[in-house]
Amino acid sequence: MSEPILEIDHLQVEFRTDEGVVHAVDDVSLTLAAGEVLAIVGESGSGKTVTAMSLLGLNRSPNATFRGSARYRGTQLLTASEDELRAIRGAEMAMIFQDPMTSLNPVQRIGDQIAEQILAHEKLTKAEVRDRVVELMDRVGIPRAAERARAYPHEFSGGMRQRVMIALALSCSPSVLIADEPTTALDVTIQAQILERLKELKDETGTAIILVTHDLGVVADIADRIAVMYGGRIVEEGTVDEIFYDPQHPYTWGLLGSITRVDRDRGERLPSIAGLPPSLLAPPEGCHFRARCPHEFERCGQGPPLEDRGAGHPDRCWLTVEQKRARRVVDDGEIGLAAKVAVEASPEGLVDRRETPPGAPSRVAGDAGAAEDARVAEEDR
Amino acid sequence: MARFVVRRLVGMVLVLFAVSVLTFLIFNVIPNGDPAVRMAGKNSTPAQIEQIRKEWHFDESLPQQYLFMMKQIFTGKLVSYSDQTNVWEQIRMGLPRTFALGIGAAILWMTLGILLGLYSAVKAGRISDRVLTVLALIGISMPVFWVGALMNYYLGYKLEWFPNGGYVEISEGGIGEWLYHLILPWTALAILFIGVYSRILRSNILDTINDDYVRTARAKGISERRVMTRHVLRNSLIPIVTLWGLDFGLVIAGGAVLTESVFDLQGVGQYFAEAIGRLDVPPVMAVTLLGAVFIVVLNTVVDIVYAVLDPRIRLG
Amino acid sequence: MASTDSAATDFSDDLPAELAAEERRAPAGTGPWRIALRRLRRNKVALAFGVLFLALVAVSLAAPIWAEEVAHTTPYQNRIADTITIDGEERNIVEFDGVPIGPTWHGEYFLGADRNGRDVMVRLLYGGRNSLLIGIGASIITMVLATLLGLLSGYFGGWLDWVISRCFDVMWAFPVILLGVALGVSLNISGITIGPLELESGSLWIPTVIIGIAYVVYLARPIRGQVLALREKEFVEAARAQGMGPWRIMLTELLPNLASTLLVFFPLIVANAILLEAALSFLGAGVQPPEPSWGLMISEGIEFLTSAPHLTIAPGIMLVLTVLALNIFGEGVRDALDPRAKIRLEH
Repeated sequence: MSEPILEIDHLQVEFRTDEGVVHAVDDVSLTLAAGEVLAIVGESGSGKTVTAMSLLGLNRSPNATFRGSARYRGTQLLTASEDELRAIRGAEMAMIFQDPMTSLNPVQRIGDQIAEQILAHEKLTKAEVRDRVVELMDRVGIPRAAERARAYPHEFSGGMRQRVMIALALSCSPSVLIADEPTTALDVTIQAQILERLKELKDETGTAIILVTHDLGVVADIADRIAVMYGGRIVEEGTVDEIFYDPQHPYTWGLLGSITRVDRDRGERLPSIAGLPPSLLAPPEGCHFRARCPHEFERCGQGPPLEDRGAGHPDRCWLTVEQKRARRVVDDGEIGLAAKVAVEASPEGLVDRRETPPGAPSRVAGDAGAAEDARVAEEDR
Repeated sequence: MARFVVRRLVGMVLVLFAVSVLTFLIFNVIPNGDPAVRMAGKNSTPAQIEQIRKEWHFDESLPQQYLFMMKQIFTGKLVSYSDQTNVWEQIRMGLPRTFALGIGAAILWMTLGILLGLYSAVKAGRISDRVLTVLALIGISMPVFWVGALMNYYLGYKLEWFPNGGYVEISEGGIGEWLYHLILPWTALAILFIGVYSRILRSNILDTINDDYVRTARAKGISERRVMTRHVLRNSLIPIVTLWGLDFGLVIAGGAVLTESVFDLQGVGQYFAEAIGRLDVPPVMAVTLLGAVFIVVLNTVVDIVYAVLDPRIRLG
Repeated sequence: MASTDSAATDFSDDLPAELAAEERRAPAGTGPWRIALRRLRRNKVALAFGVLFLALVAVSLAAPIWAEEVAHTTPYQNRIADTITIDGEERNIVEFDGVPIGPTWHGEYFLGADRNGRDVMVRLLYGGRNSLLIGIGASIITMVLATLLGLLSGYFGGWLDWVISRCFDVMWAFPVILLGVALGVSLNISGITIGPLELESGSLWIPTVIIGIAYVVYLARPIRGQVLALREKEFVEAARAQGMGPWRIMLTELLPNLASTLLVFFPLIVANAILLEAALSFLGAGVQPPEPSWGLMISEGIEFLTSAPHLTIAPGIMLVLTVLALNIFGEGVRDALDPRAKIRLEH
């Protein structure tokens, strides 16, 4: 692996609110190599979006405190001046946001919105910019790009708007692309198309991607490495294979049990982890996942550090590798988290069947078949 | 677009017809004494009263009376009951004054409303924002005739910084005198709207600033100034601009009656106020209708401008 | 342009969306009313002005006590040729040139006299009663009519909606103040009887009803819009599927959902109604003499502004304080319940 272009070191982010201090990100360290795809996975409230936004300084406010370090090619992002950040935003690091329906200015033409970013970083003539915009829109798969550049956001579907967002993000050929839940707001079939397009573009341009998502299903096909976040911390980090085939943290098991499946309706998906994420206003002592974890024991009262406990990649769970491998539920070759009820019913803690049936995945979104289906479906329309 | 215009025009005519009928009914259904008796004066004979009744068509049926009055309005022959002057001529004299008052005040309140609202939003939560908020709320809580009277008294009468009411034509006293006489009325009329507009703009900006597309704009690496002007301010101003059109219409359509009366500007509003005091129906009818025309026309203009400013709005 | 948007209530201030979601989840099980109440309770300024408004109401209600026990007069008693003794000095209540006495800061003529030798303080308190009565009464009329029309128009749609909406268009086109003045002046000449409803000339009901009706359209339009949106919601569909009649649906399903909008606008409408009353009285179309009201007192005072400014200043300050208290308290209620609600009123 090449030299990292982005290094996040012991990042801590806090927000002062009326209710108290929210510890949004707690001691997060990550690296990103050129051309690499890193997925940050976790539920909402896990601090993954805050981590991503902190890199571009988009969540700076008088009420926010940032500690630690985040370096992009030698620039300290956390303390960089607005001018320094401005030079990086859009040009070096670009971001795709979660909701394409609200992320574009409703009263500005699509083409102008893309052109605005290009003009902020490059000296080009009007005609050159126009050509670039049309080419970009064409590249992300927007039909009749030249004509559509004059349209307004409300004239686009959600999927098309997200393509516009991707075109916008890629317009200055950034080295790092941060995609924050790029598919969450979209229909399942459109999700697959967008992921496919992102993957192709990554292969073409060699842009490194930080993919922020709550859905492990969407990362399998595209990511190189995965960092699982929970309650503001990274609870497990490893390659895609390590996370999918040898997950160490009980929270990861739970996430694996709730993967989006292209072949099922949204309504059929069941939340497989009971309970709510911890309050970041007053995070619990010790392991943040304790309250929801079926395997909790005394030691969990002290925070487990993020370290390699013999599995070959680091995690934050006190259980030994052997205990973990024995306890995670394996059903039809797939992994999930046992429901708490089930554990209480069997005191030995060894569970071999699930009480709550999470939608067990047979394949994940973004695989070739699903994307093909989706493409056909769209052509039919 | 053509369909929109046609539909709107038809709608406008119908609304104005309804307004004229309603105004007419207010004075002819609600018992308010016999206009003929009032016009004839105290020492009149029944024959004289009968004569007036015939002359002014008071002896006819209500629909006929209405038609007679509308005919007079549209032929410009409408005459006041109380002093027999031509109503249109009176209105023509008052209208430039009302417009001078309304346009000047509208420019003043829009400019100050935007500046103060923007400043307040930028400084949200700080002392200066709080002070402006309190001032704005006091501004919208004061009756315009009270403020006007006090300004007239303290700044005009006591300190003699400004003239004590009255209106001077540009042709008579030059532009300087004209301005000098209008500064207090403009200010008095604008205070309320400055309060309202700065509050609305402030809250619009604070809403918009948290919108996703502003974050997108910031992530593009454009300057903060450009983010604020091109994205935040532009989008926050759309509702203000439309409101401006509507409020201007209302001010011209009689909203300025209090200011005109307090400063004795002899505009259309004051003409209305004096006419109603004498139960002089023709000027009241004419001014009300004219006011309704302004409101209806400006509503339509505002709808069109809104659709131009915000492509999501469709004219229908 | 009157618009309400209560669908999206953003609970976050500057927090990123993720944390806003967090915060939204935190008070799970706490009803929206309780959250609103908690927020209102935290807004000390709004509460203080709410208390000030109540104090002004209480003071106005206590008018007879002041009149009888302290000032020993009534709001109508003329003592134009009388004298009073202040600190051992005998003074005319109204000088021979017509200038009334200024504030004595004693029980009698605490705030001085008006040109008829009436006690300004007593008239101020009684005038407050009238102004508040008209303001609150008119707002209740507005609320009831606007809710009724908004519900009928939005829920039934069809020809009923068409008729009501066209009536709104006409009302919208009427210059509010001209309409109010025209109605006020005509009605006050000899009153009117419509069926069982009888309005005598000079009755306080005349300005109350006029203001109440004049504001209906400003509130009814946003309510209609809200009903149109609510009508399509699942819980209304469900109620309809259960065989609930339209009236019951309106009463039990729709009305509770409009409650927060009505509550938010009520103090603001009262504030504007009080101002409109003052304007109408100023133009002679509201409260009729000798009955006092703040607007009328200002109007009577302005003629004597140069010789007796207290006649204009005292009622003006009471008026501004009352309206300001309502506006600040109203904003607090809005911020607590529905921060994006907007309404446009003219006065």
